[in-house]
Amino acid sequence: MRVKVLFFASLREQLGTGAEEIELPEGVATVAGLRAHLVKRGEPWRKALAEGRLLRAAVNQDMIKPGAAIKAGDEVAFFPPVTGG
Amino acid sequence: MKISVQREDFDAGAEMRDVSRANPKVGAVASFVGLVRDVNDGAAVAQMTLEHYPGMTEKAIAGIVEQAKGRWDVIDCTVIHRHGTLSPTDQIVLVVVASGHRGDAFAACEFIMDYLKTRAPFWKKEQTPQGARWVESREADDKAAERWQPPRKDVA
Repeated sequence: MRVKVLFFASLREQLGTGAEEIELPEGVATVAGLRAHLVKRGEPWRKALAEGRLLRAAVNQDMIKPGAAIKAGDEVAFFPPVTGG
Repeated sequence: MKISVQREDFDAGAEMRDVSRANPKVGAVASFVGLVRDVNDGAAVAQMTLEHYPGMTEKAIAGIVEQAKGRWDVIDCTVIHRHGTLSPTDQIVLVVVASGHRGDAFAACEFIMDYLKTRAPFWKKEQTPQGARWVESREADDKAAERWQPPRKDVA
């Protein structure tokens, strides 16, 4: 299935991209699964999205837990903890 | 209700008048304005850039305002958050809550700010003499938001 993935702030800078469309292999069905899939690309993905790094995620613009399911056409975003206000 | 994510500055006084002008039931208006400081974590801040997630930002703030309306008597509410490049003394964020009485206005205003700080997708990048750096999230902000969690018996 195809999803749109967005990256913000320091994560966007580290990856050198803010958005991309990705065709996910079968078996990748959650936000945590998508993150692990991206880590497999190697640097800079491995370090930027490493499991130990505290990141937040949203699906279709709602903040979610990593176990949240994703489906074709979803907009999935990864970003560092927010610092507005 | 008015929610705006914008580059332009805002007039807090005008926004406060707007929430009460049309409604004689409003007996209290509480507001909060956040400003850019010239120092943070021991470094001088010359300038700050605020990035956000267009679409989600507005949606997240609207969700926070809805929660506030469910918990307190909120007659009207305005939230304005700026993005782009800002300098020390510039205004960043405005929260205005109009209510029948001050208790609800104060509480809802503080709740909206605490939730905005931990749930609305904004990120600050500071320009300092040592170079640019992304602002780290603070545990104190999470703690401030946590104290608004409903009592255990209300948790589904």
